[in-house]
Amino acid sequence: MQYEVVIGLEVHVQLKTKTKAFCGCSTEFGKEPNSQACPVCLGFPGSLPVLNKVALDYALRVALALNCQVQECAKFDRKNYFYPDLPKNYQISQYDLPLSRNGFLDIYIEGKARHIDIRRVHLEEDAGKLIHRDEASLVDFNRTGIPLLEIVSEPQLNSSQEAYEYLTTLKNIIEYLDVSDCDMEKGSLRCDANISLKKKGAQELGIKTELKNMNSFKAVKDALEFEIERQTELLGAGEPIIQETRLWDEKEARTVSMRTKEEAQDYRYFPEPDLTPFIISQDKIEEIKKAIPELPREKMLRFMRDYGLSEYDAKILSSSKKYAEYAEECMKASNNKNKKSIANWLIGPLASAASGHHCAVPDLKILPSELVKLVEMVDLEVVSNLAGKTVVLTEMINTGKDPETIIKEKNLIQISDTSALDNIVDEVIKENAKSVNNYKTGRGNALMFLVGQVMKKSQGKANPKVVQEILKRRLTDA
Amino acid sequence: MVMERELYKLTAHELIEKLNKVEITSQEIIDSVKNRIREVDSKVKAYVRVEKLIKLANSPTRQLANILNGIPISIKDNICTEGLNTECCSKILGGFKPPYDATVIKKLKEAGAAILEAKTNMDEFAFGSSTENSFFGPTHNPWDLECVPGGSSGGSAAAVAAEEAIFALGSDTGGSIRQPAAFCGVVGLKPTYGRVSRYGLIAFASSLEQIGPITKDVKDCAILMNVISGHDPLDSTSVNIEVPDYTKSSHNDIKGIKIGIPKEYFIAGLDSEVKTIAEEAIDKLKDLGAAYKQVSLPHTEYAVPVYYIIATAEAGSNLARFDGVQYGFRAQGTGHRAQGLIDMYKATRGEGFGEEAKRRIILGTFVLSHGYYDAYYMRALKVRTLIKQDFDEIFKECDCIVTPTSPTPAFKIGEKAADPLKMYLSDIYTISANLSGIPAISIPCGFTRKGLPIGLQILAKPFDEEMLFRVAYAYEQNTPWHTIKPKL
Repeated sequence: MQYEVVIGLEVHVQLKTKTKAFCGCSTEFGKEPNSQACPVCLGFPGSLPVLNKVALDYALRVALALNCQVQECAKFDRKNYFYPDLPKNYQISQYDLPLSRNGFLDIYIEGKARHIDIRRVHLEEDAGKLIHRDEASLVDFNRTGIPLLEIVSEPQLNSSQEAYEYLTTLKNIIEYLDVSDCDMEKGSLRCDANISLKKKGAQELGIKTELKNMNSFKAVKDALEFEIERQTELLGAGEPIIQETRLWDEKEARTVSMRTKEEAQDYRYFPEPDLTPFIISQDKIEEIKKAIPELPREKMLRFMRDYGLSEYDAKILSSSKKYAEYAEECMKASNNKNKKSIANWLIGPLASAASGHHCAVPDLKILPSELVKLVEMVDLEVVSNLAGKTVVLTEMINTGKDPETIIKEKNLIQISDTSALDNIVDEVIKENAKSVNNYKTGRGNALMFLVGQVMKKSQGKANPKVVQEILKRRLTDA
Repeated sequence: MVMERELYKLTAHELIEKLNKVEITSQEIIDSVKNRIREVDSKVKAYVRVEKLIKLANSPTRQLANILNGIPISIKDNICTEGLNTECCSKILGGFKPPYDATVIKKLKEAGAAILEAKTNMDEFAFGSSTENSFFGPTHNPWDLECVPGGSSGGSAAAVAAEEAIFALGSDTGGSIRQPAAFCGVVGLKPTYGRVSRYGLIAFASSLEQIGPITKDVKDCAILMNVISGHDPLDSTSVNIEVPDYTKSSHNDIKGIKIGIPKEYFIAGLDSEVKTIAEEAIDKLKDLGAAYKQVSLPHTEYAVPVYYIIATAEAGSNLARFDGVQYGFRAQGTGHRAQGLIDMYKATRGEGFGEEAKRRIILGTFVLSHGYYDAYYMRALKVRTLIKQDFDEIFKECDCIVTPTSPTPAFKIGEKAADPLKMYLSDIYTISANLSGIPAISIPCGFTRKGLPIGLQILAKPFDEEMLFRVAYAYEQNTPWHTIKPKL
């Protein structure tokens, strides 16, 4: 392709503070419309905003985790425009002295690191929600005033893949910081994209379009890909790109021009006179820095080292903070023995079970000590791998009983004692002369068939490895 | 012994004494004031929506052991009172009943005051210096009913002057307490910015305004300041500095106090009678032991333009919320899908706002607009700092500054209404205090030959209201002005 793709992403993250950015109303999601509103967030005449300190702390946590320079003296500004979901008809935001600037995020594409600069991270308030009906448009002000963090990247992403990776990496970090649910479905994470194309090697950037209304990371990727195609076609035909805002239409899988504004909005920013500028001390920065936990990338690398995992597996385990914490609890419970086994169980059978229950692994509520016991028993061949990851695990999840009890109750103790198995093996050999013959004439599958028959006769309790050994000996002898 | 029906003539501190001695009840005071209102307000028109008041002649008696002990107080129509119409004397807030009390109202109630149901008249959204911009029509100056009472707190000042109010609250963004106090011959104080909570004051210019007392004498002013001052966690711009007992500053001694007289305030444009009376007042202060010197506030000439850029910028933004969506007026027939959102905004704001409100919103929008922000707003902010620094310099050597409150006495209704710029210039002496955040008081200091009151303004450094009370009280107690009342 003769064109280079230039993408910048603007992400809005709702901070999960108990109360709103400038008043004491609750931020809980999904409540009765207009039940979480007060004169301040409704913009009633005479009301005044007061900054939520926790919102500021959360914002600083993100800014520092993203390696930003924190502004020593920051202030709020009013962004003025008229819309019914904005009760004051201005939004309290930050313009020229934002909370933080000049950070970066490293993303990894196929093992290769890409350094993406972050222009700014600032704090602002959310607007309300509009619901359009035929007879009227309704406004729900519950969301008005919830603190939002705006994270703006430099236009340095060069593909839809990189954009996707940027979003997942960013979400991962913010989840680890425990400041937001980052749920695009609930609107606690939103993304707008700016995209332009330029001729390979050219210095000047092309005309950019802004993309909105993407409700998932996949939608962002798809929208960008569509836009790349659309712009490539236009440029190829010698037609100009119009600088505009386009909405992603999920159903039609294309972007559509908004065509409502002929000119850029003039927001007439000016310093918010109801809020005094705030000073962020070096001490405060240090305090927040100390509170930042080990971040996903560091954790992933450590899991690789400590548990002997592949990058792929380690990445899965560190993909969510709760998952990673659960994994580490399990490792601790085992006194760091069987680490690789435990990791494999976490990524394999437990992940499958969680998927079946539509929840996360830690939500299965299996005690770390009991998972460790199960893994131990499978490794020691007390119970077969198959029985362990199906019957025992399911029972543990459904009843909360410990693995030893379950194995005893369900009579699953593997028979590894050869003397106990000899009789069954002899029976099977007698009953399956044809297969025995096949084996002797070199058809390898016959062995597995015979093992299967022994497993069946023993109600799955025979240790398949031991059975295999006994069969081999018997068949060679005979 | 004052006749029951003449209780309206007394000051708050006199009434407090009588209440404490159980010579009278608060109900008697309230009835006396309401009777007075019935008697004279049809001429003065200090109050709005006053029909309610007259009907509710039996307001509940509050014999509380609080400072204010059930004394009624009159409130300007831009201060939120729960359940009581608060409309900023504008059509666009018609019918608005706030669901909450302003912090100052809460404090007044806690101190035992009775909030009068009718609010006092004002220029719409405090835009004006004459109370002629009210949706309800002008208030008339009790000293000469053909004259304006000043503005924007003209209703509060006229009510106190006409003895239709024991005391009142106003708001001051560019002189809106002091100038009407001067025109009406009463006391009006603008506190230091941040001294009194703005929570519940319907905002005009957020970085300039304060709620303050308008009273019959200095002592009443101090009593009210004691009640309404103090840090408010609901107002991020209110300051956490201890509130002294302001009544203790009234001790009639100003020997050795250093007064600054700014030369820029005594130039052409100052009415000759006002000049003479103000100079006589300054001489009186000298007789009482104060020393004075001429000082300079070199950036005075920029105060009015700087004010009208900053104030209108903030006002345009503060008034954006009046759009017909949630409360107040919505233009008839709008708000339907067919007509659309923009039409509703345009019709509502077009019909709901008065001329001066629209003028200021347009001006404020312009100075913040793309391409003009640096030239106007940003530059105005910088000059504002210079104006403040002028005062900082003076207060290094002087304890207070004394000026006339207004360049002219009260003008005739309609005289300046046609010329907005002329109207703006009547704020020339009061505006700098708002730009600098310093406290200032206006006290009566004489009358013109035609019998119109003249006000003397005293300014002090931030949070030094005690100095204002000290100088004002000494002057007041040694002059007769506060005892003279208009004949209605």
